[in-house]
Amino acid sequence: MRVTTTVNGQRVELDDVWEGESLMYALRERAGLPGSKNACEQGECGSCTVYLDGVPVCSCLVAAGQSEGRDITTVEGLASKTDLHGVQQAFLDAGAVQCGFCTPGLLIAAHDLIARVPEPSDPDIREALAGNLCRCTGYEKIMDAVHLAADRAGARP
Amino acid sequence: MDFACPRTWAEALEVQAQEPDTVPICGGTDVMVDVNFDRRRPAALLDLTRVRDLQGWSHRDGRIVLGAGVTYARVIDELGDRLPGLAMAARTVGSPQIRNRGTVGGNLGAASPAGDSHPPLLATETVVVAESVRGARRIEIADFYTGVKRNALEPDELIREIEVEVAGGPQQFSKIGPRNAMVIAVAGFALALHPDVRRVGTGLGSASPTPRRAAEAEVFVAAEFDERGLWESRSELPESVAEEFGRRVGLATEPIDDVRGSAAYRKHAISVLARRALTWAWSDYRRHRL
Ligand SMILES: Cc1cc2nc3c(=O)[nH]c(=O)nc-3n(C[C@H](O)[C@H](O)[C@H](O)COP(=O)(O)OP(=O)(O)OC[C@H]3O[C@@H](n4cnc5c(N)ncnc54)[C@H](O)[C@@H]3O)c2cc1C
Ligand code: FES
Ligand code: FES
Repeated sequence: MRVTTTVNGQRVELDDVWEGESLMYALRERAGLPGSKNACEQGECGSCTVYLDGVPVCSCLVAAGQSEGRDITTVEGLASKTDLHGVQQAFLDAGAVQCGFCTPGLLIAAHDLIARVPEPSDPDIREALAGNLCRCTGYEKIMDAVHLAADRAGARP
Repeated sequence: MDFACPRTWAEALEVQAQEPDTVPICGGTDVMVDVNFDRRRPAALLDLTRVRDLQGWSHRDGRIVLGAGVTYARVIDELGDRLPGLAMAARTVGSPQIRNRGTVGGNLGAASPAGDSHPPLLATETVVVAESVRGARRIEIADFYTGVKRNALEPDELIREIEVEVAGGPQQFSKIGPRNAMVIAVAGFALALHPDVRRVGTGLGSASPTPRRAAEAEVFVAAEFDERGLWESRSELPESVAEEFGRRVGLATEPIDDVRGSAAYRKHAISVLARRALTWAWSDYRRHRL
């Protein structure tokens, strides 16, 4: 079947989508957006997290067909043409990226948190990122990165 | 495989009636795991996320009529005051991503003995409204669970909504698991005080082949409260009553040994959860004078 959605602000037509296919597979293999990672395909790790109509979800648990006509933002959609998004820059600056496999999902989850809670506490961050696993276990640096991103966003005029 | 995405409820019922091997999909947090791992290859998926009627809730005669497609995130944000037990349970489900997508209707569809919606729904008066092209029927929550991961739906039926009594008193939910997120309950327990009818409702999770009430413990505690005039006096709950209540809730379990916990542990854990839940709810009742 054909699925038409908006991904990162652009209309995308996905062809030959299998009816049981996940949105994650369709994004990676058909839309040429490999940012969202495939690590568990069962909602446990969060590396495939994308915004679906503005809400963070595990794209491995969304049937591609369910995204017809919806609005998707992937990690590729966070940065502008020239600059990384503040959350991305903070992850780099804080040393919160090791192998990087969990990073795309964490960026979406952290981006969403800071939009909702501009000055998140440690418990806020732990709660918001509870669905994102990092196997390199750089959690302390990830906490630092989210604080840094929030502080910088707050400091901006 | 087919993929149907009806816009209306009537159309959805039509699709389900035509091909009984159609699997409804709402949040997909159970269905897609099975499809991704090749555990399920249904003839068709029926996407219910576009059916408007399922995505909202309303208030009717002291009940909340909860559309089958309302997510946990919305239960938490919008219904925490009216359905506190269900909202407490919803807060413990999976992760933010899972709560943004998973629904109470899907939890009922899956009917896992470990599903977190079941204990709070059992502890209050809840009716599941199922519908097919043949018509609608109301199923009392206690009759809805028919076996391990089995429910009372006929192959052509879909869940339209769930009617849950608005809380008339304090409610509690607790569950046990190895960490604070992403945990399938090793044991779960919900309790609701119903001062208007002088009843204490219970719901057990991960403690028997199906979610269930601890009926005998409910009768015991209601009799104790009546005899001691506790509903009126709101005096302190005797420890012996809480203790005996917990013990009797434990007797209502029929747990299994599995990787997450032994049967003996589960029985004990449920007793402890029940004693604490009663103590907490009672102290709320004393304080708030609801
Ligand atoms: C990582 C992860 C963590 C989880 N953690 C928890 C947890 O802590 N607690 C918990 O209880 N569950 C948990 N779950 C399981 C799941 O999220 C819940 O059962 C959820 O409520 C399912 O809702 P859904 O809308 O996603 O259902 P779906 O996957 O869309 O459907 C589930 C079942 O219900 C059927 N169904 C859906 N809607 C209807 C309808 N309207 N009428 C008839 N049948 C219907 C489907 O056909 C399917 O059989 C977890 C799942 C994952 C992947
Ligand atoms: S790949 Fe989707 S949550 Fe792990
Ligand atoms: S950086 Fe390697 S999994 Fe997180």
